[in-house]
Amino acid sequence: MNAAGSGCFHCGEPIPSGVLTTVTLDGQSKPVCCIGCRAAAEMIRDAGLGDYYRFRTAAAPRPQLDADDVWSTYDRPEVQAPLVGHEGGLQVVNLLIEGLRCSACSWLIGERLDRLAGIARANVNPATARAQVAFDASRTSLAAVLRSIAALGYRPHVLGATDTLEVATRERRLALKRLAVAGFGMMQVMMIATALYVGAVDGIDPVIREYMRIICLVVTTPVLFYSGRPFFAGAAASLRARHIGMDVPVSIGIGLAFVASAWNTFLHRGEVYFDSVTMFIFLLLLGRYVEMLARHRAGSTAEALLRLVPATAMRIADGRRERVPVAQLAAGDRIWVLVGECFPADGLAHSATEADEALLTGESLPVAKPVGARVIAGALNRGAPVEIELTAVGQSTVLAGIVRLLERAQTERPRIARLADRAAAWFVSRVLLGAAVVAAVWLYIDPSRAFEATLAVLVVTCPCALSLATPTAITAATAALARAGLLVTRPDALESLAQADTVLFDKTGTLTLGHPQLERVTTRGVPREMALAIAAALERGSEHPLSQAFDGIVAAPAEDPSIHPGQGVEGRVHGRRYRIGTPAFVASLAGAPPADLVESAIHLGGDDGWLASFELGDTLRPQAAELVRELQSLGITPLIASGDHAAAVGATAAQVGITQWHARLLPADKLALIGSLRERGARVLAVGDGINDAPTLRAASVSLALGTGSALAQASADLVALRGDLTTLPTAVRLARRTATVIRQNLVWSATYNVIALPVAALGLVPPWLAAVGMSISSLLVVLNALRLARGTAPPRQPGRPPLLATPLAAT
Amino acid sequence: MSILFVMIPLGLVLVGFALWAFFWAVGDGQFDDLESPGWSVVADDKPAPTVEEPQ
Repeated sequence: MNAAGSGCFHCGEPIPSGVLTTVTLDGQSKPVCCIGCRAAAEMIRDAGLGDYYRFRTAAAPRPQLDADDVWSTYDRPEVQAPLVGHEGGLQVVNLLIEGLRCSACSWLIGERLDRLAGIARANVNPATARAQVAFDASRTSLAAVLRSIAALGYRPHVLGATDTLEVATRERRLALKRLAVAGFGMMQVMMIATALYVGAVDGIDPVIREYMRIICLVVTTPVLFYSGRPFFAGAAASLRARHIGMDVPVSIGIGLAFVASAWNTFLHRGEVYFDSVTMFIFLLLLGRYVEMLARHRAGSTAEALLRLVPATAMRIADGRRERVPVAQLAAGDRIWVLVGECFPADGLAHSATEADEALLTGESLPVAKPVGARVIAGALNRGAPVEIELTAVGQSTVLAGIVRLLERAQTERPRIARLADRAAAWFVSRVLLGAAVVAAVWLYIDPSRAFEATLAVLVVTCPCALSLATPTAITAATAALARAGLLVTRPDALESLAQADTVLFDKTGTLTLGHPQLERVTTRGVPREMALAIAAALERGSEHPLSQAFDGIVAAPAEDPSIHPGQGVEGRVHGRRYRIGTPAFVASLAGAPPADLVESAIHLGGDDGWLASFELGDTLRPQAAELVRELQSLGITPLIASGDHAAAVGATAAQVGITQWHARLLPADKLALIGSLRERGARVLAVGDGINDAPTLRAASVSLALGTGSALAQASADLVALRGDLTTLPTAVRLARRTATVIRQNLVWSATYNVIALPVAALGLVPPWLAAVGMSISSLLVVLNALRLARGTAPPRQPGRPPLLATPLAAT
Repeated sequence: MSILFVMIPLGLVLVGFALWAFFWAVGDGQFDDLESPGWSVVADDKPAPTVEEPQ
């Protein structure tokens, strides 16, 4: 059984026609798509790690064959020093591993590292894609560690000795401890409170009753002061900022209920509300804990973006090239960037090349960089080795600026939270006012009942249900969506998603897979196989994404190929000169182009004329048409807004059944389109995969990014599809609508409850114990209603992916 | 009912012990990764021959 289905055994990508590369595993021959995958699969097999293929739940990343060993520079002391920590004679390094997709991946990396000599410890965490490796520098080296991970097809990034993940881990551990104290305390108090409630009805020995109350007080005290601390701290902070936040009513509620209970315990009279206090703290902490987990996961992607910048660069000084840490570079320096390397800083190109800025611009094709063009840090050099004169380094680069913008956007408070805060502030001030009025009136009528009535008012109207109504529903829905592979990065995203009535697709990479494939081959007087073989031979040396279309075709041997960035490749096959690329580039060798030429295709020509044209197309995502139909059935109008040429966009739209589409749009046009849609009252959901959609994504009412797209889009979008497919979108819309319904139900319920309970309590008709029960049941109802959302969605099964547990069972 | 004066404190001591154990487990990183250890149990039962270590 194999997670990859019918594609490449290792990476799961479709195997190009004509490829016969295989790898033998357990006596069976398995097809792979390229030499890189074969090497990785053989390495895994030979290391005795073949079990990986049985237990993985996602296909492996496709290995990149590094021509130049970029890892050896990590062994130089000045590069290594800031990155490596020390722990009792061992070197400790934290790595972010790109391409780590499932638990089997982390097992594979862990096993591979454990078998290297000199590795003391290798902890790989699949949830965060981090690894911490402790090694003995006298027996192995950092470069060896990185090289062995890279050989498996993953791409390690060195994070340094400490990173923000440790802060997050500490925060999570503390929250877990607080949750445990509240949970244990709640269970103990509830157990004893049950006895007290039964005793209140059936009669109870007063000594036992007082004893049990004291026990409750003893247990509740640590819950209040340890677990409840975040609420008091939050309330104090919001009061200092002269603003009544959600934490204020919560703190007043639990604080007053506790003080009153403790008071009554000491005076041996009245009622105690310890059960309500502990339960309230536990339930609120639980909600905050789940929300924190989601937040940490979302935050780690933004941080990963900065790791795009390599750690070292080749500086040209006095005509010599030397590898130096990027931190030592300054504006005005000249550096040499190889093909396949990332630019470490912003600069000007001294010779022509092509840059893949997909991670920054979302543009999937490389951009031509003529002499003097500006290149940006984090972009990948795909054309030719190039000399760069640096213009900005470190924090002044475009990349750093984008990251700062995103971070600022992330810290902004969502609209719904501000509204909820205002509502709570209004509500709590009215409750306090009401309680004061009740106290004054009862003091006038019957002072002996004043305290009980006031307390009943405060307890029964404690904004527990109100403050739980929205966050619990959102948290439950967020958790359910996370299980289905969709991450909510902003709390108000669900509300906007529920209201969305228009969805705007950015064609590249959202409805299609983004891998070019040969669609049609037109030959002119040569056999098809020969034309393909020559084309594959020329494209073999090219890093251009379009050359992927020729991957795996049996190629003829090519001699001295030369890459002309932005134009094509020239080379010799069987002694004859050929060119492949744009019409103009081929025409200068093959003569005037034939009349029936398709301009957008790739052409092959030789000394003696034009040989063939290759029309490339992008494959639709498997369930794209189904997705569009489902969205339409939910009353959502789909639209395509793409930067591609009209023919390609029109064809895609027709295939998936979308009637409204716009082609050749610049980012500014997309913004204008969204603006006009919103003016007409539409609520737009934008689906994108790159940073040139980041403004588009932000302009829309709600945005969704695909996880396999750029990390930047992930950081700026409201929702992130982690599995890189959109099949969860209709589920998400349905869940968001149900969440909106549940929130409304909860708010209506808690408002109704308070409106009915308040006057009854004010009249002194509610004994405080009944008020506490009422409040607890009211909160519980709200929570249980919200938790229905968490149960609602079963994780959709991946096509070609067996259920999690069936994999090892079926294989053994 | 006077047995309650023994049993409830005893119960609280047990809860205290459970909390101490939980705090230790959290501090030890037992809850940092709840996914991959489950897999390692399944995967490790067949020791595979290795290249680095001669058999």
